[in-house]
Amino acid sequence: MGVPDMTSNNATELSVKRASADLRKRQASQKFGFGIFWLASLIVILIMLVVVGYVFITGVKSLNWEFLTTAPKGGLSGEGGISTTVITTFYLVGLILAISGPLGIGAAIFLIEYQGQTKSGGKFVRALLQAVNFGVETLAGIPSIIFGLFGYALFVSTLKFGFSLLSAGLAGACLVLPTIIRTTQEALLTVPVSLREGSLALGATRWQTISKVVLPAAIPGIITGIMLSVGRIISETAVFYVTLGGSYRLPKTLFSGGRTLSLHLFYLAMDTNAFEKAMGTGAVLIVSIILINLIIDLISRKLSAGVRLHQ
Amino acid sequence: MQTKQNVDRVVRTILLISASFSIIIVISIFVFIFRSSLPAFSAFGLNGLLGQLTWRPANGSFGILAMIVGSVMVTLMALVIGVPLAIAAAIFLAEIAPRSVQAVVRPAVQLLAGIPSVVYGLFGMVVLVPLIRRIPVAGNSGYGLLSAAIVLAVMILPTITSISEDAIRAVPRSYKEASLALGATHLQTIFQVLLPAGKSGIGAALILGIGRALGETMAMIMVIGNSVILPAPLNDNPLTVFLSQARTLTGNIAVEINYASGLHASALFATGVVLFGLIMIVNVSARAIINRGNPSAG
Repeated sequence: MGVPDMTSNNATELSVKRASADLRKRQASQKFGFGIFWLASLIVILIMLVVVGYVFITGVKSLNWEFLTTAPKGGLSGEGGISTTVITTFYLVGLILAISGPLGIGAAIFLIEYQGQTKSGGKFVRALLQAVNFGVETLAGIPSIIFGLFGYALFVSTLKFGFSLLSAGLAGACLVLPTIIRTTQEALLTVPVSLREGSLALGATRWQTISKVVLPAAIPGIITGIMLSVGRIISETAVFYVTLGGSYRLPKTLFSGGRTLSLHLFYLAMDTNAFEKAMGTGAVLIVSIILINLIIDLISRKLSAGVRLHQ
Repeated sequence: MQTKQNVDRVVRTILLISASFSIIIVISIFVFIFRSSLPAFSAFGLNGLLGQLTWRPANGSFGILAMIVGSVMVTLMALVIGVPLAIAAAIFLAEIAPRSVQAVVRPAVQLLAGIPSVVYGLFGMVVLVPLIRRIPVAGNSGYGLLSAAIVLAVMILPTITSISEDAIRAVPRSYKEASLALGATHLQTIFQVLLPAGKSGIGAALILGIGRALGETMAMIMVIGNSVILPAPLNDNPLTVFLSQARTLTGNIAVEINYASGLHASALFATGVVLFGLIMIVNVSARAIINRGNPSAG
């Protein structure tokens, strides 16, 4: 054993030591870093629990059958229940879906199914497709108060529909249109091309193929989009604040005003001292959102099970 | 055979018309809001609207600068509070959390995303505002930038988390494997490989978050106090600026549009135009920043 060997052995030993010290240090900092990520997620869960828990615990005092089935009495005390606002919310959801559903689904079908078919329309159709895609993207990024402002300017004032279900329904339809188009597009894209080709090869026209083969296969995805829109309508307040008027009475015609659940919560919080009733209304809203999330989850689980079956 | 093809052609036309609605709506929104804002712009000029602090409709002053500052400040504060938490949660979900924990965190984030903004506003009014009112500073009402920013931070968190998670998951597996094989720890891989590779997706998440923050209306009305003032410190301590009340652009529109008429209404539409402009500036500049590093990314 010569002296130089000794030093080189020492050197390797030293560098191994250094490396393992470095590794230990890096592992320690990894532990610390991961700890912070765990903590951050814990905070997120805590925030959710605190917000939802607080609303439920303070709202539960006013939550009972009577609250759900009596009409609000109005006034500064915020007396009465929420029955008319629940019904108005249903009316508005129905009206908005009746307008934006067919439009949105139709648009998505056109965007996906007629994309390759530009030869008959040529440049015009291609330009239109681009414009529509741009339109959907832009609509999705516009803040809801702008939809409200637009609805107020066009439907309430210019067309003289007044503060009404109709004005709110039309403005709300513009708001959820991009959601419906996007989710339907995604649903259509998951339908295998071979299904379409098989149908076309059997002599079916394009519309027969779409209506009898593609759409039935895409239904669960489309329903997901519709449920997302229902959630959006239930939560939305700004658009309806400036188009629906805010009367707590039940709307009798399309031209009567009204207030949805979330709008009712806003008026209770800002104009009355009935915080418990506002919290009760909030609890009803959160329960509906949870139900909608569950339905969407159920559908997507069914969907992925279906995909596995196909493979 | 002939009728079938006729049906096909009719259906195609109907679908084409329904598709064109989205672009028609966008154009009419632009046209209506810009056209309605024109009287205000021509009466007061750009400086009279954007450069003035006084908003007093009864006296004919329609300066919206204070609201611009209010919107920008509350958005920046919400980002400072919310973004670190949101991205940490995204990293946790994409890289660290065991499946069973993911199954708890993800629905929590999903629920936070679904809670209506008025419920957040109500929670802010009843819980946050009284808490912040306890900070012993003269003139502190609890309503103001800090309460609003905390509420807003929670509201933009789910958007940023879920899109960032997708962005991190979309980084090719081989990047991660190569980094680990070179001896990097998982944490080093996250910070030096996954986050840089996913940055354009994370950037998109931030843009959406900022858009949502600038556009939020009802929750802001409920907690920010709505005074049209330029946020300023309440005493010698500059930090008390965060306790100052403010009004957002969105709040200005919502609070006043229903009873406004004439030039007042037009000035509110101009407020909408400014809101539009702000969101556009955010989109364009953020995209430029994201693409500067890697010109190949779309």
